[in-house]
Amino acid sequence: MTAVRCIELCKTYYQGDQAIKALDHVNLEIREGGFVCLSAPSGGGKTTLLNAIGGLDRPDSGEIWVAEKRIDNLSKGDLAKLRLHQIGFVFQAFNLIPVLTARENVEFVMQIQGVPADKRAEQAKAILEEVGLEGLDDRRPADMSGGQQQRVAVARAIVSRPALVLADEPTANLDSRNADELMELFVELNQHHNTTFVIATHDQRVMAYAKRLIRMLDGRIVDDIDQQAA
Amino acid sequence: MLAWRNLWRNHRRTIIMISAVTIGVWAMIFMTALMRGMVNEMLRDGIQALPGHVQIHHPEFRDDPSVNNLIPATGTELKETFGGQGFEAWASRVNVPSVITSERESRGVTLVGIDPVAERPITFVANDIVEGRFLEDANDTGVVIGLKLADKLDTELGKRVVLMSQDPDNEIADRGFRVVGIFDSDPDAHEEAFVFAGKTTVQKLLRIGDRVTEVVFLGEDYRYVEPLFEQVNALAGADVIVERWYELDRLLGSMLKVMDGFVLVWVIVIFLALSFGLVNTLVMAVFERIREIGLMLALGMRPSNIVGQIIFESLLLLIIGLALGNALAWLTVVPLKGGIDISAVAEGMAMMGASSILYPDLQMNDIITANVVVLVLGFLASLSPAWRASRYQPVEAITKV
Repeated sequence: MTAVRCIELCKTYYQGDQAIKALDHVNLEIREGGFVCLSAPSGGGKTTLLNAIGGLDRPDSGEIWVAEKRIDNLSKGDLAKLRLHQIGFVFQAFNLIPVLTARENVEFVMQIQGVPADKRAEQAKAILEEVGLEGLDDRRPADMSGGQQQRVAVARAIVSRPALVLADEPTANLDSRNADELMELFVELNQHHNTTFVIATHDQRVMAYAKRLIRMLDGRIVDDIDQQAA
Repeated sequence: MLAWRNLWRNHRRTIIMISAVTIGVWAMIFMTALMRGMVNEMLRDGIQALPGHVQIHHPEFRDDPSVNNLIPATGTELKETFGGQGFEAWASRVNVPSVITSERESRGVTLVGIDPVAERPITFVANDIVEGRFLEDANDTGVVIGLKLADKLDTELGKRVVLMSQDPDNEIADRGFRVVGIFDSDPDAHEEAFVFAGKTTVQKLLRIGDRVTEVVFLGEDYRYVEPLFEQVNALAGADVIVERWYELDRLLGSMLKVMDGFVLVWVIVIFLALSFGLVNTLVMAVFERIREIGLMLALGMRPSNIVGQIIFESLLLLIIGLALGNALAWLTVVPLKGGIDISAVAEGMAMMGASSILYPDLQMNDIITANVVVLVLGFLASLSPAWRASRYQPVEAITKV
């Protein structure tokens, strides 16, 4: 089954009079259970592609399909629903809600989904253990290290068992040890839960974990390597 | 929970805003209680001046208040009809235009023949005697006049005056009365307008047997006069007209309406001043959390939920302010229930018909008005920042520094 399919995706930004092609006729298909890295220099289009796949940004033209459903023409509300139930996000800057504890941050998505409080608490506790944050449930983000915060963000992204996790430079603010631990966690989740991962990065270490590496330049896919075959 | 914690992110700002709401709500309720108290006093004085709460007249009497428009029923029949019906108080009067003459001056006045015993709970005069005495019974042959009238007539206690009116046959009816009492009333105008004598004495003077021109009734509260009106209306015949105090004295009636309107305007004006602070607080709170709001949207929170979240935070802030403001108002008004001495400005107040002691009146209606206005307008004031927050694009918001 296809987890993500992009057809002739185009997106142009304007800086004053200058047009910048962030996505230039991008065609892409990612199978369910894939572990894909999007690699590009800054401004290469990887974050734009990730945002478009996640329904955070709309392409100027082309089609985006997630789990066999076309999403580029969905309303704001439907896109929100899609993100809530089918996609997990991990952002570069951790992006936790500072007034909530680790457990509450993880519960947040489930709360919007309408999961009952007792079930939320149970799942949040379990997922925090799974990402190695046992005993840190009641800490607020400010009282946690960068690596711990990113693990909370990952826990939040996967707690509802989304079919697709989109991670934008997830290791950018982590030291090498934390970055490796995080990637091992991603691999484990990918293998155990068959979760599809699409990771935008320019970190060589992260790329080494990917089954498939897609290189982009100036909004175009210039290379698509199956690293398992290699 | 998220709203509550968001509220306390910036303790100082939240405390300042809650303090502003608290003081604003306190001012709304406290000042309204003072104004209510003042208006109550003015209305009570006005109503005690003569109208009572409900009156009965001959249908023509109000247009032509003469002895020709007597109530058709006799005094005995009126006693049979209204006696023992459980009224707070009631009395019948003879109320006719007349001329009072001293040895020096003459003045046009309204001669009011009263039964002093029945009138005591209804009319102010008994309590406002400053010289001499009040009338003793309906057969009293003395007359009680106002301080200003005494001055105008250049007469004084113990002197004789002549009261002249017309009987039903349009013949002059006059007789001499000794001034047995002088009253000093609020408002001052009553001192020149009314002269009081025994009802039976006046009936004899006018040759009208035991008939009267008006019957006055007093209920428990002038604000809730309808049950009394219904009761009197049911008992009175079709040949008389029954009117409430605010129909008898339109000025007094309009005061109550003006006061209600004024309370609403006052509450809204205070809130408008508060709303600038509230909107500013919310805008700042939203501005500081653009990234977070973007994150919530990115995670799948609907824009409508963002609006709800911001409005809920605003209402939470207002509810805390309201609770504190209400409590503060209650704590400051209750100890003052015994009255506030405003004698320093009593002269000015007297001109408006109010006394030198102000009794704050905390009414549930006013408290509800203040609370509802704050919540409704607070909700409206929150809409703009909330709507702005919901319009953020997640991608742009999440990358804001």
